[in-house]
Order: sequence, then structure tokens, then C-alpha cells
Amino acid sequence: MKILVCISSVPDTTSRIAFEEGNTRFAKAGIQYIIGPYDDYALARAVELKEANGGSVTVLNVGKADAEPQIRKALAIGADDAVRIDTEPADSYSVAAEIAAYARDKGFDLILMGRETTDYNSGVVHGIVGEMLGMPSFSPVMELNVEGSKVLIAKEIEGGKEKLETSLPVVLGCQEPIAEWKIPSMRGIMGARTKPLAVIAPSAEALTDVRSYELPPAKGAVKMIPAEDAGSLIKLLQTEAKVL
Amino acid sequence: MSVLIFAELADGSIRKNSQEAIFYGAKVASQTGGSATVLAIGEASEAELAKAGNFGATQVLYVKKEENIMAYAKILTEVVKSTGSTVVVAARSALSDAVLARAAGALKAGFAGNVTALPDTSAGFTVTRSIFSGKAFAQTTITSDIRLLAIKKNVIDVTAGSDTAPVETLSIDTSAEDGSAKILSVEKATGAVSLPEADIVVSGGRGMKGPEHWQPLLDLAEALGAATACSKPVSDLDWRPHHEHVGQTGVKVAPNLYIACGISGAIQHLAGVNSSKVIVVINKDPEAPFFKAADYGIVGDVFEVLPKLTAAVKAL
Repeated sequence: MKILVCISSVPDTTSRIAFEEGNTRFAKAGIQYIIGPYDDYALARAVELKEANGGSVTVLNVGKADAEPQIRKALAIGADDAVRIDTEPADSYSVAAEIAAYARDKGFDLILMGRETTDYNSGVVHGIVGEMLGMPSFSPVMELNVEGSKVLIAKEIEGGKEKLETSLPVVLGCQEPIAEWKIPSMRGIMGARTKPLAVIAPSAEALTDVRSYELPPAKGAVKMIPAEDAGSLIKLLQTEAKVL
Repeated sequence: MSVLIFAELADGSIRKNSQEAIFYGAKVASQTGGSATVLAIGEASEAELAKAGNFGATQVLYVKKEENIMAYAKILTEVVKSTGSTVVVAARSALSDAVLARAAGALKAGFAGNVTALPDTSAGFTVTRSIFSGKAFAQTTITSDIRLLAIKKNVIDVTAGSDTAPVETLSIDTSAEDGSAKILSVEKATGAVSLPEADIVVSGGRGMKGPEHWQPLLDLAEALGAATACSKPVSDLDWRPHHEHVGQTGVKVAPNLYIACGISGAIQHLAGVNSSKVIVVINKDPEAPFFKAADYGIVGDVFEVLPKLTAAVKAL
């Protein structure tokens, strides 16, 4: 089975978010970058499927050279080779178009990625890729099993989950508990250094343009209520906060 | 601009978040001198569909069809073309993500998700969207001829009128898409309030000490007509079902009132709840970081505080 896993390189989820240059750029200084947490679940499941059924895992990132530590980590976790499409990820459409342009005619059975990136939270790249390649697409997928060409998935729906049967090839946006995150072993880290990482020129154009960023207004101070008098909170919620 | 709103149906009527999307779409239409047409796919009566008019829609196009992402996307794409729509609006959800994504690919349309305000159409088409799980906003211009918007829940204050909209049933050939997937089973929380759409959410963390101690929290939720939720450790420990997990990698909620019981407030949890209008935190540790993100706080034992709150709600 030939699997493509698309990973994003995003600020650690504990990062303090700030902007610079007149609120037109994300302030990268001091930010620790990680593999997108949802993409990391997709990668973990891809490696499990390869270990169980044979085949290969290729990891793809649309990004500049500063994403390479995250790509090497994915190789250390168990991907066989990597591709980096050398451009800043500009929007969902252009990232999907880069992925589709690379994956077309390569014969991937499964194209996996996270349900969304944790920076822009758009959650549509998998579906756009599926449409562009004429493959079905599903998200957010919480369970994935492959039996021959049959694909069994469970995906989240509002307030529950739905089990589906579809067939290869398919594009999936993944989330927990599809697999446990994998921590690279020392042997994996050593091996990752020599695994192939191809750099490809970009070909797609973006359809959106971020003009400026802003932070939400600062939160007011918390109003503390003594535990003995907890019931009075309900009155405040009714008369002051007006939410009851 | 001709606006098309993709409305989701649940239990035979238009979902609450889709009502917000219709209201938003109708505002965009009136702001730009266009029409607001609703596309509803699924199962609903004509009378229920006509209620889209309450939120400003002038017409409803209806396709009766069992859920199938690929078929839904094909229908949406065809209707965007046949109506000449240049703006497509939906409420953000797992379903709309999947359907709008495929339509974006088919129509070469720019997409903005988690939109929080009406567009600025004075020069081009610019919307504000929430990014970094609610920690920031981005003013985003969509440059394509067709624009797709997914509206963040509970950011649009809806005022419903009494107008109804005419309903036209369409038939669109989806035979090429129908075989793409077969639904084997659906598990849904029954009887409870839907978490993503709830106005009030009562949520528990590890401070609840175990699944057998959840009753006081459930009692408060019932008294408030609230949905129940939990933190990631709680769902990881299987104390509560996974679909109740709110946080960075779980459900993102945006209720009017979020009550956190025994949750310390790790940044990953806050990412799922920071769009709530009012946050109440109950925790025995006065140093719990969640108090910094709260509007009201009580330092105390949840098992003593919760029954007092429930009694006070019942006394209202």
C-alpha cells in the first residue's frame, strides 16, 4: 500500500500568538514549530498501516526550508521518504493544488492529513485534494482500517460518530483517537538523516490574501464568588451577565 | 451578489447554526443588492424548509437525499453554477467542511473558514476570520469570482421574522457519486442537548475524580438545559465519551455560558472554549490557570458547589 501523509509545520499549541510589521505578519521569533497535531495522528496511523500491511509512507510538506526539522521528525517516526514543495503555504486552495499536482499519477492508495491545521483551522485541504484528484474524501476520521481495497472508517458527526465503508484510493482528514502519537526512536532519528528529501518548485496560486491580523480584546478581571455563597452566582449570571 | 446558503438539516428541520448562516447570507445579499437562496439537502417537510424565510432567505431549493459527502458536494457545485451564485455561506461543521472543500476544488473558489463578521464589500470582498483556535483574527480578502464562507458558530445574533420562503424541489443526478461510500452505522448521543450547538455547556475535568461521580454535574446540566462536555484527560481515561471532549484537538464550543468543573485550564483546553461568551470556573486550586480566562470563579470543592448551583437554578 502506497501512502502519502501531508504534514503542516505549525507553532506549538502553547505558543504566545503575536504579530509584527503593523500586524501584517505572524511574529515567528522564539516560536517552537511542531508537526501539526492532527497531521501527527495521521502519520502515526500511516506508519501502523505500513507495519501491518507493507508498502511505503511518503511525507509531504508545503513549506520553506525552516520546516525541515519537522519533515525529518516525520521520517524518524517511520516515513520512508519526503517531499517539500518549496513555498510558504498561502491558503487552503493553493496548498491543496500543490498536493494534488504532486500526487497525481503517483498511484497513492491513501492520502492522509490532519482534519485541519492548528494555525489557520480551515479544515478543507483534504476535501479540495480529493475533488482535484477525483477521489472520495472524508473528515474528521477517528478510526481507519484497510482490508484489501476496502476502507473502513469511523468519522465524527455532530454529537456522535458514523461508520462508513469506502474503497481505495481515498483522501482522509484525521483526528484522535485514530492512533497514538509516535515518539521517534534514536535509531529512527539516525536513519532519518539519510532518507531522501526531495525539494520541488511550487506551481499553484492562492485565491485569498490576509490583509492584517489582530488579537482578541483583553479579558476583564475574574469575579470571585465565595464557595459558601455559590448559589448567588446563578443570580449574577441572570441579572449581570444575562446568560440565563 | 447572489448568495447561496448551504443549510444543514437535523431531525427534519434546519439546524440552529445553519439558521445563523442563513441570517448572515441574507445580510450579505441585502448589503450587496442580491438574492439569498437556501440549498437544503436531506430530509425535511416543505413547512419546515419554508422557515428559512424567517431568517431572510427569499427562496429555498431542496434536494431530498441521504447523507453522502461526494453527492452533497456535487449538488452544491451544480446549484452554485445554475443560480450564478458568487457567495456561498455555510455554518462551520464537520459536514460543511467536507462539502465546501470539494465545491472549492470544483469551482476554483477561495475559502474562508470560521468567519466572525459580515464582509467588507466596499473594495473587493474581505472577511474577518478566527485563527489559532480563537487566539487571533485575520482580515482575509478573497480574490476569486466565487467565495466560500464557513461561519463560526454563535457569532451572529439572529433576529427571526415571520416570513416564509417558497420551496422548490430539485432533482440532480448524483449517480456517479452515490457508490463512493456506504454508511454502516450511526451512533448519536440521544436525548441530550447537542454539544456543538448548545447555549450552555457544563464541563468536567479530572477534578470530578471518576465517572461514578458525574451525577452532580449532570444534575446541574439538566436544570440549566445544558449540554455536557469534558476535558481531554477525562475522555482519554474513558470516563466520558470522546464526542464530549472539548479542546484544541476536540470539539470547539462557543456557547453563551461555559461552566468548567474541576478543569485546571491547560492552554489546549482553552483553545476549545475561548469563544464562549461567559466562562465560569469552579476549582479547588486557587492557582488553577483557568481562573485567568474566566469571568466568574469559585474556589471550592465541586461536590459541594455543584448541588448549591443546581438548587439555585431550580429556585429561579
